Amino acid sequence: MARYLVRRLLQMIPVFVGATLLIFLMVNVMGDPVAGLCGERACDSATAAQLEREFGLDKPVWQQYATYMANVFTGDFGTAFNGQPVTELMATAFPVTIRLTLVAIVFEIVIGIALGVVTGLRRGRPVDTAVLLGTLVVISVPTFVTGLLLQLLLGVKWGWVRPSVSPQAPLDELILPGLVLASVSLAYVTRLTRTSIAENRRADYVRTAVAKGLPRRRVVVRHLLRNSLIPVVTFIGTDIGALMGGAIVTERIFNIHGVGYQLYQGILRQNTQTVVGFVTVLVLVFLVANLLVDLLYAVLDPRIRYA
Amino acid sequence: MPDQQQPYEPERAVAGTGMGGGMDLAASEAATLEPDPERPDGARPQDRPRSLWSDAWRDLRRNPVFLVSALVICFLVLIAIWPSLIAPGNPLSCDLARAQDGPSPGHPFGFDGQGCDVYTRTVHGARASVTVGVCATLGVAVLGSVLGALAGFFGGGWDAVLSRITDVFFAIPVVLGGLVLLSVVTSNTVWPVVGFIVLLGWPQIYRIARGSVITAKQHDYVQAARALGASDARILLRHIAPNAVAPVIVVATIALGTYISLEATLSYLGVGLKPPSVSWGIEISAASPYVRNAPHALLWPAGALAVTVLAFIMLGDAVRDALDPKLR
Amino acid sequence: MRGRTRVQWALAVAVAVLPLAACTSGAGAAGGSVLSSSWGDPQNPLEPSNTNEVQGGKVLDMIFRGLKRYNPRTGRAENMLAERIDTTDSRTYHVTVKDGWTFSNGEPVTARSFVDAWNYGASLRNNQKNAYFFGYIEGYDKVHPDSGKQTADTLSGLKVTGPRTFTVTLGQKFSTFPDTLGYAAFAPLPRAFFTHHKAWLDKPIGNGPYTVESYTKGAQMYLKKWAGYPGPDKARNDGVTLMVYTDSNTAYTDVLAGNLDLADDIPAGQLKNVSSDLDGRYINTPAGILQTLAFPFYDKAWNTEGARKVRTGLSMAINRAQITKTLFRNTRTPATDWTSPVLGEDGGYQAGLCGAACEYRPAEAKKLVQEGGGLPGGQVRITYNADTGSHKEWVDAVCNSINNALGDDRACVGNPVGTFADFRNQISQHKMPGPFRAGWQMDYPLIQNFLQPLYYTDASSNDGKWSNKQFDALVDRANAETGQKAAIGLFQQAEKVVRDNMAAIPLWYQNGSAGYSERLRNVALNPFSVPVYNEIEVG
Repeated sequence: MARYLVRRLLQMIPVFVGATLLIFLMVNVMGDPVAGLCGERACDSATAAQLEREFGLDKPVWQQYATYMANVFTGDFGTAFNGQPVTELMATAFPVTIRLTLVAIVFEIVIGIALGVVTGLRRGRPVDTAVLLGTLVVISVPTFVTGLLLQLLLGVKWGWVRPSVSPQAPLDELILPGLVLASVSLAYVTRLTRTSIAENRRADYVRTAVAKGLPRRRVVVRHLLRNSLIPVVTFIGTDIGALMGGAIVTERIFNIHGVGYQLYQGILRQNTQTVVGFVTVLVLVFLVANLLVDLLYAVLDPRIRYA
Repeated sequence: MPDQQQPYEPERAVAGTGMGGGMDLAASEAATLEPDPERPDGARPQDRPRSLWSDAWRDLRRNPVFLVSALVICFLVLIAIWPSLIAPGNPLSCDLARAQDGPSPGHPFGFDGQGCDVYTRTVHGARASVTVGVCATLGVAVLGSVLGALAGFFGGGWDAVLSRITDVFFAIPVVLGGLVLLSVVTSNTVWPVVGFIVLLGWPQIYRIARGSVITAKQHDYVQAARALGASDARILLRHIAPNAVAPVIVVATIALGTYISLEATLSYLGVGLKPPSVSWGIEISAASPYVRNAPHALLWPAGALAVTVLAFIMLGDAVRDALDPKLR
Repeated sequence: MRGRTRVQWALAVAVAVLPLAACTSGAGAAGGSVLSSSWGDPQNPLEPSNTNEVQGGKVLDMIFRGLKRYNPRTGRAENMLAERIDTTDSRTYHVTVKDGWTFSNGEPVTARSFVDAWNYGASLRNNQKNAYFFGYIEGYDKVHPDSGKQTADTLSGLKVTGPRTFTVTLGQKFSTFPDTLGYAAFAPLPRAFFTHHKAWLDKPIGNGPYTVESYTKGAQMYLKKWAGYPGPDKARNDGVTLMVYTDSNTAYTDVLAGNLDLADDIPAGQLKNVSSDLDGRYINTPAGILQTLAFPFYDKAWNTEGARKVRTGLSMAINRAQITKTLFRNTRTPATDWTSPVLGEDGGYQAGLCGAACEYRPAEAKKLVQEGGGLPGGQVRITYNADTGSHKEWVDAVCNSINNALGDDRACVGNPVGTFADFRNQISQHKMPGPFRAGWQMDYPLIQNFLQPLYYTDASSNDGKWSNKQFDALVDRANAETGQKAAIGLFQQAEKVVRDNMAAIPLWYQNGSAGYSERLRNVALNPFSVPVYNEIEVG
């Protein structure tokens, strides 16, 4: 187990280098950010050249990357175009996004799995059909619309919640955005759980457990659910990164200044330093999340061993 | 390397009957290992060596859910190929004077924000949307599940390399990838979009397939098949694949819908389908900001998308049921 | 100095709070009549000569006052800090700064405050994006050469002649130069800007009616009324909290819910219901913004006599009235000249100057395009950037209009470019395949600003590289003219040259729009579409 962990941790190094290099090149390929900075009126060539020098854009790409990585290892992630250090942006964006992601994942786990278990045990019944219809709505109506309508209904008409999230982004204000963010993933989690449950409820060990006279609750939770969770856990593991970096629409609707927003802005303004900085952290999150998922496999199914 | 050791523990009883339909999701707890006297599939005659896949097909043909969903899908494909069959109008003819107007004779779904006929646009949008949805899903599912199955089955170096590659792919933000990879494309077809979605989408199915295969290969019937000298390929295809395919089907059928929407996101970013393309996604995203004033322009293309996803979810459900021998 | 500032602060606060406490007992403890307003994160550091977009401009307008100020209603340039600006030859200007003005830290505003600030803005080494504003001043080519190192640190055309007087010598005659001085780039700067630059950026100090009390980058800025403000346009509220919104729709929803007092820029999707939602608390006023379609004159196909007819034909194929009414819900007005109504008739705006060429005449349009040899390449592709401002909608509408007029549903298609930066890059590399989106937000309300930067040969924003000797000559003559009226007449003649060649298709004049809560009164937008914060009353 310990050896496995060390191996996995060592694997992170090439992934880290590869991912940062890839993102660095991609942002670079997009072209010259200075033209965008200058606005509708092009900067004169002298100012443009000076700006490129200041941001180090006049150097060859490999040298830019080397300088950047060298700085990263000293904890300097560069500066955004508005003069703010990227580390400062990260310090404000990540805590908010992590809270939002947590809320979304709690929704996925609690509601998604609960609905999945219920529909899996009651296939074809009205509750199953109702959840299926809900799934269809969530998939075919854009997050933008559901978010907007919920915001208008709960925030303005009924006044239950604040329509936008304040800069401090306390947990209670993140409940509605978290639900909206989780909505599509909820559909996945529900259906994955449902299918697994439906498949496993006829398994021998379930019948055995029922025959032994175990209470239904215990059969469902300890035997059935535990064995049905591997696809669900895998999905949630892959979803964490998507929730953190891809919450662009949700963050916009609810005015959350999180990672999705900063990343989106960085990409549109072609600010290599911001984009690579944020993605670098996201890559780390992915690596850790996927490692945890692989370890969870062994917990959920003891026959899976890591050496 | 994540070396998923084969648990060849001798004390573990080989409970499954192995071949064909007599599969059994093995137990994880010792208590459940005792043979169950009431196995319904235990009664299956062993003298008919028909494959699981042909069994599944026989089941499917009789399943009304399958027939209905297949019919819907055939209809969608038909109008995708030949939209003017049911919508003879020109989707590009728009009159701003009628923008956001409701239904009127000859225009059953009303008009969108540009004054185009929503019915004609929805029917003509099927081609791009169904192509993107189906082709991207197929591509993602095939690429993801093949690689995922290999990684999950063989483990070791294969798994390590592929899994770390997916980690890198996960890290690419869709917006960035789209702007970089698609902005250089000048083609006016849906294929660059399909290719892009496959490129960025396969890691998800890969992960799901890999996880399923890792679980499935621990099962007793796999050990049994191995003990009987079955080849890797045979074990993977005949024993593991049918048992690991359910989550892949579930994720793929839902993803189909999200890919159709993703096409709209890409078009919104200016890197998807080039104007004047018509697709459900483009219609939905154009109508979204005006949902308070003209919900009908959103409703119909979104409804078409929902019906498509529903048909594929039902189809996937039916296929999965047909592949599950325990339901027989 | 610090201690002194503190004391002044305390006094200022006391002065501000005492009368307030006396009259508004009902107001909450949050500080009485402070209003909250939507804001966008400024793209650049908040230096006056480095701010080239509206959001940063909003703050500068609150914390700075320059020699001139544009009247928020009429747009006319009026003396603010300038006691007088004299010239005899339209080239050398003698400036006298009014007595009694100070920065909010107590430092007096002197001639030097201006000269130092302008030298800073012009100097190449400071990377100021608005440096070109100082390009008229003599010696600019030394401190900001087009290539190579700068050979001087200060503009030779700027000379301090006394504590409150300085002279500005221009490189050429420019009769309306004093009227450009209301632009934020010409603001005075305190010594602290140069001595403690980083601290200044974190919390800018100026001489306007508000002072920056706190600033959390990317989230919000609290601007407090400066009680000691010596100017005539004192703030009529206690302060403004600018809240950063990433989407104008959220800001709008917050106004509906009572979380926000003022949202400028109402999203297009809400325009239909804004009047009923806000019960009339909605303003929609003209701003000095003109949207046009520019053409790539570097492409031979667009630079022929026939193409001139095609351009005019395209202009006639666009149903401006319908697009502005249906799509923009009258937050745009069909353009009939190449300036803006905010200039006023006296300022050079001339309604209908474009004539028939800007009217919707589909039959004539089709005829003209045919006469001109058809569309270059058989199709026009209107290029725009997809990431900001939902340009797709109006480009699609313009294309539909052209297609309907020409009777060909593929005559015109949109050509989106992913990012603004890429769009600008493609423009500067002369890669436009046809007409492209061009928007012009005026820097100062002068007809010169709508013409010279856009159509003069090789001018800074002449993105289509249009060049016309007759136009250039008329602009030169207009700038050399000492009388305002004569100068404007010459500019209008130059504008007619633009019209006759259809150098760019004018589309519509853009308005500023805003919605506000029940707490506010006297809300207005200035011609730059920025709310006139100091006049807003709360309660």
